[in-house]
Amino acid sequence: MFGKSIVKRIDWFSILIYVALVLIGWLNIYSSTFTENDASIFNLTTLHGKQLFFFGASIIAIIIIMGLEANFYERFSSLMYVIAIVLLLGLFVFGKTIAGATSWYNLGFFNLQPSEFAKVATALALAKYLSDIQTDIKRRKDQFYALGIILLPAILIIPQPDPGSALVFFALIFVIFREGLPLYYLTISLLTILVFIATLMFGTIWIVIFLGLLIVLFFLLKKKSFKVPVFPLLGIITVTILFSLSVNFVFNNVFEQRHRDRFSLWLRLEKDPKKLEQIRKTIGYNTYQSEKAIESGGFFGKGFLEGTRTKGDFVPEQHTDYIFSTVGEEWGFMGTATVILLFTSLFLRLVYLAERQKNPFSRMYGYGVISILLIHYFINIGMVIGVLPTIGIPLPFFSYGGSGLLFFTILLFIFLKLDSNRLKEGI
Amino acid sequence: MKKILLSSIILIIGIVFIGRLSYLQIFSFSADQVLEDPAIKAIYDYPERGYIYDRNGKLLVGNDPAYDVMVIPREVKSLDTLEFCNLIGLEKDNFIKKLKRARIYSPRLPSVLVPQLSKEDYAKLQEKMRHFEGFYIQKRSLRYYDTKSAANVLGYISEVNERDLAQNPYYVQGELKGRTGVEKTYEDVLRGKKGVQYIQKDRFNRDIGPYKDGTLDTPPEQGKEISITIDKDLQEYGELLMHGKRGGIVAIEPATGEILSMISGPTYDPSLLVGRKRSKNYTKLYNDSIANPTWDRALLAEPSPGSPFKTLNALIALQEGVITPDTKITCHHGFYVGKTKRGCHCGGGVRNLNSGIYKSCNAYFAGTFRKIFDKFDTTDEAMDVWEKHMRSFGLGGYLGSDLHTGRPGRIPSKEYYDKWYGDNRWSSSYIISNSIGQGEVAVTPIQLANMTAAIANRGHFFTPHILKKVNGEDITIPEFTEMKQTTIERKYFEPVIQGMADVYHKGTARWVQIPDIEIAGKTGTVENYTIIDGVKTQLTDHSIFVAFAPVNNPKIAIAVYIENGYYGSRYAGHIASLMIEKYIKGEITRKDLEKRMLEKTLDHEYAKPYSGEEFKINEYVW
Repeated sequence: MFGKSIVKRIDWFSILIYVALVLIGWLNIYSSTFTENDASIFNLTTLHGKQLFFFGASIIAIIIIMGLEANFYERFSSLMYVIAIVLLLGLFVFGKTIAGATSWYNLGFFNLQPSEFAKVATALALAKYLSDIQTDIKRRKDQFYALGIILLPAILIIPQPDPGSALVFFALIFVIFREGLPLYYLTISLLTILVFIATLMFGTIWIVIFLGLLIVLFFLLKKKSFKVPVFPLLGIITVTILFSLSVNFVFNNVFEQRHRDRFSLWLRLEKDPKKLEQIRKTIGYNTYQSEKAIESGGFFGKGFLEGTRTKGDFVPEQHTDYIFSTVGEEWGFMGTATVILLFTSLFLRLVYLAERQKNPFSRMYGYGVISILLIHYFINIGMVIGVLPTIGIPLPFFSYGGSGLLFFTILLFIFLKLDSNRLKEGI
Repeated sequence: MKKILLSSIILIIGIVFIGRLSYLQIFSFSADQVLEDPAIKAIYDYPERGYIYDRNGKLLVGNDPAYDVMVIPREVKSLDTLEFCNLIGLEKDNFIKKLKRARIYSPRLPSVLVPQLSKEDYAKLQEKMRHFEGFYIQKRSLRYYDTKSAANVLGYISEVNERDLAQNPYYVQGELKGRTGVEKTYEDVLRGKKGVQYIQKDRFNRDIGPYKDGTLDTPPEQGKEISITIDKDLQEYGELLMHGKRGGIVAIEPATGEILSMISGPTYDPSLLVGRKRSKNYTKLYNDSIANPTWDRALLAEPSPGSPFKTLNALIALQEGVITPDTKITCHHGFYVGKTKRGCHCGGGVRNLNSGIYKSCNAYFAGTFRKIFDKFDTTDEAMDVWEKHMRSFGLGGYLGSDLHTGRPGRIPSKEYYDKWYGDNRWSSSYIISNSIGQGEVAVTPIQLANMTAAIANRGHFFTPHILKKVNGEDITIPEFTEMKQTTIERKYFEPVIQGMADVYHKGTARWVQIPDIEIAGKTGTVENYTIIDGVKTQLTDHSIFVAFAPVNNPKIAIAVYIENGYYGSRYAGHIASLMIEKYIKGEITRKDLEKRMLEKTLDHEYAKPYSGEEFKINEYVW
């Protein structure tokens, strides 16, 4: 079924980085859950032992994925999407609640998180829809459907509540951009975020003053012959100011205090340094501790199993969402930079692989994989090193969590299978 | 555009992350100090503070156990405040205030809640202590004094304050540190070094074993015991003699520069500054601004030296060759400065060096002083020479001893007078008072004693010091074991010393001769003034005396300074003579003299300026 051919055709570079990331991740899980009296590696009652078991399971999954026909995924993508949606709906009835979120099915020996499966299914379904000959992404209706595929699972996940996972689906919008969604959507989104942040940081008054300055600059620099579109311009200004005002309203009346705190911490809205320090140590406790742990690692780190803050369990959720702080403390800048480089190389490699696909479905799925992995990586590390507000999602291949590792592996290897098959497509 | 969008985002994210990480880990990196790391707790093991012995091995200062109630604020759980306050003897408000202060210092590090419990309180508290989470009892040792004397020499220890903590990272709140005296100077020797054990903690502050397997832990280093140069018996005796008198006594062994006794009156019992009552007692002593018991007069008082200074002027004149022992100067019951006559009590007549000294003739030394200045073309030159000689006796500057405090005194220089009178607008006549130890010169009692030791040694001295042995080993500190040479040749000392010996035979101190001991000394009577209601008022003269004995093999050189004690041989002379006898013979043969000195006080003199009434000075009431 697969002999020399697939071994030759598969992208070993990606696999190498994948293995490196999983192993580094596992070492750090080992370190952050390590206790003196329980040092054995192969012990299923320990977290690192369980993680090792799931690595084994992932290898089996890889073998199965490689064994299946490449067009199996394209053919069954719609079905998988339906199954994913059903599973997500089922959570409302049969879901198991862990840490306040009803996101799991209890399968006895392990808990299945259908949102993980939904990520794979949605990436496949989106690729399938976009690669359909009848779909034209320039059409409003098709844009609407494509967005619908992305939003449906997200909407089902939000009330679990698991806003972090829901956010991941939005990243799939990059796939649509790649396939021709006009970039002004992106521009408008970015500008909206910018106005949002600027309003919180400086207030509506400054936004108005800034806009005024922009207009003055615009009139000074414009060519004489240029005819000013007065009404659209006025419209944009009005909308911006209204939006800015509504941001204040939403922030103060719709957001809950914990959300406000996260933002005021992230954007340093609190100017009194004493109060800020207070917020950092209470509401921002996780980030504060993880930043401190990373900082204390310095350039060379404290050494494997030598992280005092890791050992003392000062960073909460260290083996899952905050695993990167262990890297920072024990391996220092050398370690963190290495991990960043590994991820960056993996992503760039995957973009390269996606772009060389002849089959549009494979390319689109590839973009889906990158988008999902990238947003996990961006939000997770951004949160751990304190450049983004706290949003709890795991670091792919790294964080402790069986179903996480398994589905990230499946997500990636389906694409590698498609890629290994690309030359056959033409025939 | 659409093809490179994602790649660009990937790269931008990578760059932002690397940037942030290098900011965190390279630029703002500060290695976790073991003590600041919240995951590591240091447990200290305090060594016992070193004992202090006198020069003959008699114990001066030892240790007593004491118990501190400590608190780690963030481990404090809800507790029965009232019961706890009753147990430790604190008011509830006070308790809350102290707890708050401890939390401000550090929520994680231990602070002292109640220092130095008595043994009884400790026994009561000990069995209940485990009910109160976050509090524990730390054993510590307190100073125990085996004498009621030498408070100014020994000094005291007290808890470190915020400033100490900021200055010296060795200290942790609640530790003790020498504040004055030997305790301060030899703090590092006496203290030893605390042992430390690092414990890895988790975020619930539970111990989870030694940090780095205990490789960073250090055992405590024992504090060293020291012997100081003080003679306990002499010190105690001197303080008895100083009863009711203000002033200072310093006795030095000329052959070594070792300080045999250093007494400041009035003084206090060193045990007052130990334990919980220390702060209260110290405030009381410190606020007594009239008697000023915490002000060490032996080291800090800077009176004019008076007549003992004449001996130095004689030595300088001899060294400069402007007089010989036979040079004669006539005293007309005083001497003239311009048209004004200055008095002299020597009785008048022709004086040579010998009688000039033993009769303490002002006219003789005024003339000698003039001769020194007449030798040189300019007063500037003469002043430089005179100043150089004076300074070689350790005057006019810090001695460089190992005492915790001191004053430089004053030997005026030409610059000093240039500033005072204007450039070259002064001559020897203007500063003639210096010839008899009045005027601008000022010396501390320890400088006076050191000067006497230099005369006793015929031209050299050893820097006075207080440390004799560390852990039984004699010190080898070069500053204290190397001889300091004065600028006067040895041969010029004999005639001066003869004059000083004759002070006892036929001079101003002939009443205080000690049987069987040959003494050389010099009296001093120093005019002094104070301001009362804005009016400069003269007070009874200070009584000063310097002496050394035996003349040919000096064992002790002593300077005694008694505020408002009137003429030199009255109080200072008697006390010096008793001290010398006590030190050399070990007992006093002149019991009536001793009795008089022990009983007489000068309280009536000290009360005069504060009485608000007219008063007479220099009364012959005895």
